[in-house]
Amino acid sequence: MNKKQKNLLIRIIIAAVFFVPLYLISEGIVRVSLPEPAILVLFLIPYLIISHDILRKAFNGMKNRQMFDENFLMTIATIGAIVLGEYGEGVAVMLLYQVGELFQSIAVGKSRKSITELMDIRPDYANIEVDGEIEQVDPDEVEVGSIIIVNPGEKIPLDGVIEEGDSSLNTGALTGESRPRDVTPGDEVLSGSINMSGVLKIRTTTQFDESTASKILDLVENAASRKSRSESFISKFARVYTPIVCFAALALAVLPPLFIMMTKIGMDDYSGIGAIWGDWVLRACTFLVISCPCAVVISVPLSFFAALGGASREGILIKGSNYLETLSKVRTIAFDKTGTITKGNFAATAVHHSPIKDDKLFEFAALAECHSSHPIARSLQAAYGKYIDASRVTDVREISGCGVIAVIDRLEVAVGNEKLMEKIGAEYHQCHSVGTIIHIALGGAYCGHIVITDELKENSKEAMDALKKAGVTKTVMLTGDAKSVAAKVAAEVGLTDYRAELLPADKVACVEELLAGCSGNGKLAFVGDGINDAPVLSRADIGIAMGALGSDAAIEAADVVLMDDDPLKIAKAIKISRKCIGIVRQNIIIALGVKLVCLLLAAIGVANMWVAIIADVGVMILAVLNAIRCMYVKKL
Amino acid sequence: MKKTYKIEVDCANCANNMEEAAKKVPGVKDCAVSFMTLKMKVEFEEGAEINAVMKDVCAACKKVEDDCEIFI
Repeated sequence: MNKKQKNLLIRIIIAAVFFVPLYLISEGIVRVSLPEPAILVLFLIPYLIISHDILRKAFNGMKNRQMFDENFLMTIATIGAIVLGEYGEGVAVMLLYQVGELFQSIAVGKSRKSITELMDIRPDYANIEVDGEIEQVDPDEVEVGSIIIVNPGEKIPLDGVIEEGDSSLNTGALTGESRPRDVTPGDEVLSGSINMSGVLKIRTTTQFDESTASKILDLVENAASRKSRSESFISKFARVYTPIVCFAALALAVLPPLFIMMTKIGMDDYSGIGAIWGDWVLRACTFLVISCPCAVVISVPLSFFAALGGASREGILIKGSNYLETLSKVRTIAFDKTGTITKGNFAATAVHHSPIKDDKLFEFAALAECHSSHPIARSLQAAYGKYIDASRVTDVREISGCGVIAVIDRLEVAVGNEKLMEKIGAEYHQCHSVGTIIHIALGGAYCGHIVITDELKENSKEAMDALKKAGVTKTVMLTGDAKSVAAKVAAEVGLTDYRAELLPADKVACVEELLAGCSGNGKLAFVGDGINDAPVLSRADIGIAMGALGSDAAIEAADVVLMDDDPLKIAKAIKISRKCIGIVRQNIIIALGVKLVCLLLAAIGVANMWVAIIADVGVMILAVLNAIRCMYVKKL
Repeated sequence: MKKTYKIEVDCANCANNMEEAAKKVPGVKDCAVSFMTLKMKVEFEEGAEINAVMKDVCAACKKVEDDCEIFI
């Protein structure tokens, strides 16, 4: 609790201590004879203690011509009740209203705190070395290309490349991934990660403003300013609603008594003219208390706020509540292939027609390619997986567009495509597998081939299942790759459709076509890794960039950014949005429903002030509690 | 010239009111108040006297929401 909240709590307690005995006396439960004016004065003590700030705000509002807010409603209703002799009710309404306010303030504070925990990536300082001494400076002042020193336990203040030192990094605040990442010299590191074990010297590659931490902070901080339709509906609603309710209450206070007095209908129920007015004015006050729109006005933004926070804790950054709303309506998703469904790293998946052991074949292939950094060469080295002793390799001849011929342990090894085999006169076998085929010949004799394919991400299939369960009916893959590869991936993962051999510009056309095919309210999302697909990301109803950590273009073009590249997060983001929108709807329906019923009851005189208080504060507390549920998204 | 200030305010609607009020202050080019992060981002006009402008912003905000606080 902060100072303000503690203050309010103390006021509530003091007022309650005054109020309870007074109420018992005034209701005749405790018999103490006090004159009427004394009771009024005594009741005014807790009333002023509890409501002085609301009275002041209402007064200031009137002074500044912004009178129709909940402070105004509460002031009019409680003063009305007190004037009519209902002291106890008047004070109780204020007391409970303040309890509700305190409760709501604590709830908002709590959710803010858990969201700002994510904000904790903001680095406060950077260590630089000046004349052999380490100095702490503002990260803003560090120039690109300087060397900064990061001690264990410190946040990395700026993006850069490690010059010296090994360590493991906690990137949890950036990705939601709790497993530490090991880094060594030459590795790129991102600001906002926490250095866990060793001292690192890092050569910075960005200004502070352009560093990953600043970008993410910017994004999250601005998320709240993009309002969803429900939010703007609510604020517009409140602007019209309060004046309407005030005039309705005024009408309720004035018209029926006038009607009764003029027509004499129902006159017999009252003891006199004063009683008629008293009854209807009190009904009007009750009406005002019930009508207070706080439950909805507070809970709707709070729901979005909590959902955005919960999502960002899972490594899903949503740029605004409006996107949360769109996301909940997604029925069609278009995917990029490489980097989204597949890992984008090539891996050896099969060996065919090899007379020697697979391991041995990989060993020769890896050795022959040991000097190359081509993705294919790297995947061969990775497939071998053991230490590569380059001293065994001599006479490496790279034959451009064909492959490599090298001498390994005095044996001539040719590693390459069909053309290379033809060139050396080895009789090779065609392969019907899909992917890149690497043929190998030892001493001029054909020794089989290795099939290299882009691996599927572990979670791709699961992700598609999860999306189907989440109500996504159409999943389409857009790729520039060959048809056979696309068909295979689509079938393996369980996509409903695919488009192959597309140029980047074709992808936009494809998305346009899919957009046109989206019937009614269903929205289209595009998921890409942010490389080369910025136009598509912005053309779709909602663009989702994944694995976008560090990719500026993606962060800018996308509406939703998945910090790591787990495709399961797509379904999660949709589920979070559905949950949030569901809760918003529940709150609007419950709050307005209860209010409407109570308003009717108050108008016909069935509901008294106590029912009104419960209808107001009770509904608000329920709505706030319900809104907070949006934050808990871990198990979705 | 952009600057970010920490603020204190109780409700989302009050934050919106502050934003509207601050935008109308002379010398302020643009302003965004985030209730979520309790921050006010102010973009100043070229050559504006920042301290003086912020004083006006404070006054304008106090007028619409007297419970608010801007930490300069």
